[in-house]
Amino acid sequence: MLALDVEKRLGDFSMKASLDTAGGVTALFGPSGAGKTTLANIIAGLIAPDHGRIVLDDTVLFDAERRINVPAHRRRIGYVFQEGRLFPHLSVAANLDYGRRMSGFAPNAAELERIAELLDIGHLLARRPGKLSGGERQRVAVGRALLMRPRLLLLDEPLASLDAARKREILPYLQKLHDEARVPMIYVSHHAGELRRLARSVVRLDAGRVTAVGGLELLAEADADALA
Amino acid sequence: MLSLSPDEWVAVRLSLKIALVATAVALPFGVAVAWLLARKQFWGKTLLDGLLHLPLVLPPVVTGYLLLISFGRRGPIGAFLADHLGIVFSFRWTGAALACGVMGFPLLVRPIRLAIEAIDRKLEDAAATLGADRLWVFLTVTLPLAMPGLIAGLVLCFAKALGEFGATITFVSNIPGETQTISAAIYTFVQIPGGDAAAGRLALVAIAISLAALIAAEWLARRAGTRFHGE
Repeated sequence: MLALDVEKRLGDFSMKASLDTAGGVTALFGPSGAGKTTLANIIAGLIAPDHGRIVLDDTVLFDAERRINVPAHRRRIGYVFQEGRLFPHLSVAANLDYGRRMSGFAPNAAELERIAELLDIGHLLARRPGKLSGGERQRVAVGRALLMRPRLLLLDEPLASLDAARKREILPYLQKLHDEARVPMIYVSHHAGELRRLARSVVRLDAGRVTAVGGLELLAEADADALA
Repeated sequence: MLSLSPDEWVAVRLSLKIALVATAVALPFGVAVAWLLARKQFWGKTLLDGLLHLPLVLPPVVTGYLLLISFGRRGPIGAFLADHLGIVFSFRWTGAALACGVMGFPLLVRPIRLAIEAIDRKLEDAAATLGADRLWVFLTVTLPLAMPGLIAGLVLCFAKALGEFGATITFVSNIPGETQTISAAIYTFVQIPGGDAAAGRLALVAIAISLAALIAAEWLARRAGTRFHGE
């Protein structure tokens, strides 16, 4: 699946991380400021590491020594951002369709319908993102990332901007996604509760270093540390 | 009193043609320069920014004179373009359009640059992760989001081009039917005895065109705005 071993300096912050994901949902877990979003951006190709290698399945996405750096737009890694980042000038339908158009896939109404139903966003298609609630916006963002047929889906704190009620509203969709979509996912969060419902394996990140790799028991330790 | 004579119509049509051509030709350059200034750091950026704004602060006659010595028949650029591409500026309406475009350029660039600077670049990152290369990101995200600034720049440039006088008359003179715009025609009519009525009529036309441009811009900008927030 995804294998990476990278180093990156950004001002005072330094990241030195290596990890292997096994497929399914991998939690990237750690406190704020641990570098989770930086690592997600490195995987997506939005930040180039200083050193190292990133391999997804059989494709080398980045290799500093061989001077390989596949640009973000050719990595086919779906990315759901904390703030959704829907295009404000496009309708929900056009937002959903954006990845397909840019990737040059033929229109696929059945696929659109399936994803719209999975995320319950079919009734929002004609609206603009400005008219959506926070929960709706994040569901559309998930749909948009899925419809580009990603090889890997990155979710960076997709619930962080939502209140508790909205989180409860959207979590079942993410669980369904986990069960039905069959896309390997990396789910970034500092919230153990969310991860426990979604992830199978856990990578713990602290101050730019991977400090533990394992199963859900890592989340329990975090509870003990009163992190969650 | 209010109907224009054929000669006056010629000046009005010529003015519109010159202003439209000047704005349309300036637009792609304006967008490119605005994008460069908004997004890139490069050597000589401050100089480019200064040169760009020069027509705004120089006496227009000086701009016209500089155009004359560089783009005139014997000027280095003018001679090259005439010999190799057959493009002649001196004493032609094309020269008037060039002068108007140069004078309007800073007014075109500024609002577009500000609009591009205001765009959340994270949206462009999102577009990249969805498979859009840099050109598509620009065409489908940056440019549409900068649309209100683009419209503002177009209207300001068009208005400046329509009213331009000093640089135009210095560069390409005041030839009826070729380079005599509304402004130049009004100037001419004011100089001759009994020309007041014609000058007044043309002034009314200038007011009408300028108002129409402003109203159109307001309407377009509002439409672009509601597209972001409405349904």
